[in-house]
Amino acid sequence: MNANGGDRVLEVRDLSVSFRTGRGVVRALRHVDMAVPRNKIVGIVGESGCGKSTLINSVLRLLAANAVVGDSSTVLFRGDDVLRMNDRQLRAMRGQKISMVFQDPMTALNPVISIGTQMADILYRLDMTAAGKRERAADMLAQVGIPDPMRRLDDYPHQFSGGMRQRICIAMALMMNPALLIADEPTTALDVTLEAQIIHLMKDLRARFECSMLFVSHNLGLIAELCDEVVVMYAGEVVEQGEVHDLFHRAKHPYTQMLLECDPARIEKASRALPTIQGSVPDLIDLPRGCIFGPRCPKRYEPCDASPPGTYGVNAIHSARCFQVRDA
Amino acid sequence: MPELLKADGVRVRFRTSGLVNALLKGIADPYIDAVMRVSFGLRQGETFGLVGESGSGKTTLGRAIIGLARAQEGSIAFEGQELVGLKDAQYRGVRRNIAMMFQDPIASLSPRKTVRNAIAEPFRIHGIAKDLGEEARRLLRLVGLHEGFLGAYPHQLSGGQARRVGVARALALEPRVIIADEPTAGLDVSVQGEILNLMNRLQRELGLSYLIITHNLPVVRHVSDRLAIMYLGRFVETGATKDIFAKPAHPYTLGLLAAVPEPDPDKRRDKLELEGEIPSLMNRPRGCEFHTRCPFAQAKCRETAPEHRKVAEGRWASCHYPFPDPADARPVGPAAA
Repeated sequence: MNANGGDRVLEVRDLSVSFRTGRGVVRALRHVDMAVPRNKIVGIVGESGCGKSTLINSVLRLLAANAVVGDSSTVLFRGDDVLRMNDRQLRAMRGQKISMVFQDPMTALNPVISIGTQMADILYRLDMTAAGKRERAADMLAQVGIPDPMRRLDDYPHQFSGGMRQRICIAMALMMNPALLIADEPTTALDVTLEAQIIHLMKDLRARFECSMLFVSHNLGLIAELCDEVVVMYAGEVVEQGEVHDLFHRAKHPYTQMLLECDPARIEKASRALPTIQGSVPDLIDLPRGCIFGPRCPKRYEPCDASPPGTYGVNAIHSARCFQVRDA
Repeated sequence: MPELLKADGVRVRFRTSGLVNALLKGIADPYIDAVMRVSFGLRQGETFGLVGESGSGKTTLGRAIIGLARAQEGSIAFEGQELVGLKDAQYRGVRRNIAMMFQDPIASLSPRKTVRNAIAEPFRIHGIAKDLGEEARRLLRLVGLHEGFLGAYPHQLSGGQARRVGVARALALEPRVIIADEPTAGLDVSVQGEILNLMNRLQRELGLSYLIITHNLPVVRHVSDRLAIMYLGRFVETGATKDIFAKPAHPYTLGLLAAVPEPDPDKRRDKLELEGEIPSLMNRPRGCEFHTRCPFAQAKCRETAPEHRKVAEGRWASCHYPFPDPADARPVGPAAA
């Protein structure tokens, strides 16, 4: 096994995923290129149906049986192609080197097993005594701010509040000191003051654990708050990516620009008439011939209808899938 | 402006255990107060926002107004008519004037009813003989949906489309007031704007008054005229939306506003305003119920509960030491004096 893979913990190259359905082939992801550099937090932002979940599931290779992955696609985790791993290699990777925090902490934990047992189970590969595992679990709970951790190990998930449960899920994800942590909308189920606490905790843990993170959210505020780099997805494509300041202040793709404009939190002056994006997301079975965002784009011009745009660089890490960037 | 809907000292209690069980276990008071004596008025053509986190009682208050939860104390009046104590059959008439949009747009529609039937249902319940097909088409047009949706079932709708159907259903009987419970929850930002713009247009065209129940502060800032911030079933602060956002008077409001991340990487926060979690309704803190999380709590806060008192023109807050001005957001308590 190739143990390094350079400065990039995760590198997705030309990833295309389709699903065979009764209605036809749904082209859920098309030619996705993105990477997570070491010790960086990369945010993925996009609206429902943009392919965020399919991308994560591809990284963990948890795709449904009707999924078809493109022949030229690669998902390199520390240099090894996840798409070509055997079951043994996958088991060694999932939950150990890549771990995940899910959206809903209520359903992510097993309700009939105490959290101490659930946490110790993660360490099944390690040659440790049961008492040692419990101690390690209690230590992790303390790290994520659960008071009186040794005693609480014997409690069940329902005995914790929603915010505490998400802290436990984060503690579990960090038990094996993973190289990559994937957080899929980790605060969507939480109230805003708890959300702020969890984000604060994630920043704090990042400083202590040196973990690279893929943070998926539709909340632009959280992306701005936490991430170093941002990947913007629309209808199965990466339409723009770059450093977080570039993305929020110098967005090049019309979709990114409109997404930012639509966020009520970014509109300074209180207003009853809120901006929207006209039209709706295209059918991924029957794609438009030109740019995927073309039918909704106010800046559309001739080249957009003829063929899909490529990805054009703005700077070393900032790029957009838009002819305007090429022609600029 | 006259107040169309007026709530005065409304209290909603839920029983937490049976009386026998309570006796055996020695629970003196087997009730929780989901809504604890709140008062407000909704004016004609106005949008009033009820804001709070889970368990703050905002939905229960909305349900009490429309008669889906029983208010044990206080008064709820619509155009002077007392609603507390009405029988279910009597409430039916009230619901022609006050309609509700429920939380989850798809789950709040019956999966076995087509859009046409869902929209026509209010007419049937109220025994109003009309050309239901024509009414359904008219209402769909009003909310900006194509007639082709008439035969669709809820699972065939997107979140935004289902929300529009919910709006059409609420509008069916030409109500004066619409209670909208989390009208934008679960919708993408671009769709969120469409729904809010639709509600705004309908408000202007039909002279509706809205009671919007939400936890979404960025949204409520744009759409509501006045606000009440709820915590553990009480109003901790009420006033004009722009004033509350500009100068929060209650430390909880300040913490809530500070918890919303700004979508700007230059404005990252280092500091956490509110620690801890909302206490259980079964075990309300003594004194000011917010003192367990309040960074400014003083001795008096742990002992005596503050009243919901007037702190400025049109502003009320339940705090012993409200902020006089955001410019120096410090409590004017004994320590500061």
